[in-house]
Amino acid sequence: MSAERPRRGAGAVLRRIPPVLAMVLGLIGLWYLAVIPMNVQEVLTRAERAGVEVSPPSAVERRDMGNWALVVRNPGTLGESWSLDRPRLPAPHQVLTELYESTVDEELNGRRGIVRSGSLSNRGLVYHAMVTLNATFVGFLIGTGLGILLAVGIVHSRVMDMSVMPWAIVSQTIPIVALAPMIIVVLYSIGIQGLLPKAVISAYLSFFPVVVGMVKGLRAPGPMQMDLMRTYSAPKGTVFWKLRLPSSVPYLFASLKIAIAASLVGAIVGELPVQQGGLGARMLAGSYYGQTAQIWAALLMAAALAAVLVWAIGRIEARTLRRMGMAQ
Amino acid sequence: MTHAAFALLLWIAGWALNVRLANGPASNTQAARLAVPLIFGATVLGMWELLVRGLGVPAVILPPPSQIAETFTANTALLWRDFVQTILKGALSGYLIGCGAAFLTALLVDRYDYLRRGLLPLGNFMAALPIVGTAPILVMWFGFGWQSKAAVVVLMVFFPMLVNTVAGLQDTSSMQRDLMRTYAASTGQTLMKLRLPSALPFVFNGLKISTTLALIGAIVAEFFGSPTLGLGFRISTSIGQLDLGMVWSAIVVAALAGTASYGLVALLEKRLTFWHASQRGGP
Amino acid sequence: MTDTATAEVPGQARDAGAPVIEASHLDLTFQTADGPVHALRDVSLGIPKGAFVSFIGPSGCGKTTFLRCIAALEHPTGGSLTVNGMTPDEARKARAYGYVFQAAGLYPWRTIGRNVALPLEIMGYGKAEQKERIARVLELVELSGFENKYPWQLSGGMQQRASIARALAFDADILLMDEPFGALDEIVRDRLNEELMRLWARTEKTIAFVTHSIPEAVYLSTHIVVMSPRPGRITDVIESPLPKERPLDIRDTPEFIEIAHRVREGLRAGYQE
Repeated sequence: MSAERPRRGAGAVLRRIPPVLAMVLGLIGLWYLAVIPMNVQEVLTRAERAGVEVSPPSAVERRDMGNWALVVRNPGTLGESWSLDRPRLPAPHQVLTELYESTVDEELNGRRGIVRSGSLSNRGLVYHAMVTLNATFVGFLIGTGLGILLAVGIVHSRVMDMSVMPWAIVSQTIPIVALAPMIIVVLYSIGIQGLLPKAVISAYLSFFPVVVGMVKGLRAPGPMQMDLMRTYSAPKGTVFWKLRLPSSVPYLFASLKIAIAASLVGAIVGELPVQQGGLGARMLAGSYYGQTAQIWAALLMAAALAAVLVWAIGRIEARTLRRMGMAQ
Repeated sequence: MTHAAFALLLWIAGWALNVRLANGPASNTQAARLAVPLIFGATVLGMWELLVRGLGVPAVILPPPSQIAETFTANTALLWRDFVQTILKGALSGYLIGCGAAFLTALLVDRYDYLRRGLLPLGNFMAALPIVGTAPILVMWFGFGWQSKAAVVVLMVFFPMLVNTVAGLQDTSSMQRDLMRTYAASTGQTLMKLRLPSALPFVFNGLKISTTLALIGAIVAEFFGSPTLGLGFRISTSIGQLDLGMVWSAIVVAALAGTASYGLVALLEKRLTFWHASQRGGP
Repeated sequence: MTDTATAEVPGQARDAGAPVIEASHLDLTFQTADGPVHALRDVSLGIPKGAFVSFIGPSGCGKTTFLRCIAALEHPTGGSLTVNGMTPDEARKARAYGYVFQAAGLYPWRTIGRNVALPLEIMGYGKAEQKERIARVLELVELSGFENKYPWQLSGGMQQRASIARALAFDADILLMDEPFGALDEIVRDRLNEELMRLWARTEKTIAFVTHSIPEAVYLSTHIVVMSPRPGRITDVIESPLPKERPLDIRDTPEFIEIAHRVREGLRAGYQE
């Protein structure tokens, strides 16, 4: 039976790919289509400058018209839609080109790239991604560690449970990121800067999901399992190590996935107020200078990081649960 | 130093009171469940006040709660306008549009298995991404007004809501579906009488997750550009002026808005899904 | 008898007219990853109007599958099956039968009354008629007064009675019951069996009843169909000589014990192959 499983699993994955692929292709198609109306104003202005007749000829009139109407009235002059320098919406291939240029190309061929200078280029996306990733990791570790500790305290102390738990739950309903700029600036003003302030925000964001998830997990053992421990007259410590902790593992991983994603958001938002590198700084710079492709590339990089981080935790989860005999 | 000593005393007193309440005979009453966290909160606030005053922490680093309260009450009109701009215009409209669109999409996705198999993994993937990152782009497209904030919120709440609703619509047992088949019920009848009611707990889960996301989206989007009002604007400009009392006041507004909107949705959930096991008993 | 895979409810049944449910040489093969599974092979059976037919056999013998074929919830891969002279799917669309599942399957968001009203709403009965029917069938299953309670406020036995009421609420003359009392304890089960007997006598419905329990099958049925697995097939059809009036203590009579014995023999024969 168990020998068959991988084959079936692979089959299931293979069956899932075509529809997902179709959706992704469909979305990319829509993206290419959306580029036309999004950039039509700029395209027509450039065409006009190049001496092509545009309808309507006045830029003011054009500004007041709907983008689709302009597209319909100027079907012949839209060739530049997908190759503008500073488009409102860059085409997918432009974003990929930017992504390539700011990662592989920058590092291999750039003056400050890793090949020539021996260190990651601070103009390249890899450098900024690493900056963000470091803060994410440090914050995630701090937040998760403290979260687990608090959860253990809450489960074992009725006072802590009743005093702290309601606040932990309430804190999940408030937009904690609003604190981010203040934390950065205040820490900066007392001389703490660089990675730590961002990590503090990440830690703060990942802390509460872990507390709530872990408390749930540590309380997961049913009355029968707890009674069994009582019949052995097991001390609290034994109950914790042999029953509560193992039962909490699935819950822990579920909240770790939320926590790592939240940490990443925290680090990115933490990079906004102080321009010292990182994906958040890169996005803000892009938005200041109208470099849309740069924003999109940073966004894709952030998405990829999030996907990889969540995936990695998912893998560790699957392995751990399998070794603990909780999953196949 | 006396302040600090008082802080310590206050802490000991508050904690001792809570220990008595929590381990006492009345610990399971509603009153105790409410009192203990409130006492804890009050203790923390009191210590904050005493320590900041006692240790002479400058107000540009951490203002005492009394000063925050003062700033808050002195600026209620301003904060109310910020609230309207960020919460009612930005977050709420985006929330309604995003959740509504996700709900309708879920109905559509649920009808077509191919769509479901294609969109659900994508939706799960998107729900885990840092979508706040689209804020600079959307601010560029829709301008500094609340519309761009609403757009960010739409994107942020759409996928969690979609994934939850689709999961909810799938959450019928084969027996329940067979029952509807034996009645020769139409697709619409099955949807109205079986799938939507049983999807409600999931829908509310999506709605609850989305309230917090909506506020985050609306506030963070203001960091990328806003007119001269809004909670995010207030926070970022007041920090620039080192007016931390104002920053904290704006944060208090955001926190209250978050808790209140979550509470409203949770209340509605309790009214509509009273029958679900999660609402009937147990923590 | 055990050698032939076909069986027919014999005797006076046919005199009563054409069977309500008639299967001939029914086959159903599921294609699974581990190869084809013969859930039903060459099943032939006629169920006369007003009969109470029990299907008994070990798991995998196809008794539930057969019931689901009648209800058009499964589609046979061979042979023919008619319900009221129609195909099962036509009969389903004509709302010819009420189905009672293993679990009550009441909707937790509806009260007992509204649960019973569910099929009536779907079939477009008027409000006044709905009300009248709800009151009538709830009385039939002795649940009057529980109309405004929610299912989760009732015991398992009461829930299952409500689900029977739900199946009786509309005018189907066939009742298909798939181990409806399987999850209940013996004492509740006895009482529900007795009530079901009375209900059957009063409503004169044709009932097809799947069960694991030999005493239950013998106590309730006019005909007992013994089935055996791999492939799922009928090994014996026993016509009960017991009178229509059956108090619970009929189970201690020699006739009862003799039929029970025959059923057990049939089941054992099916196992040994």
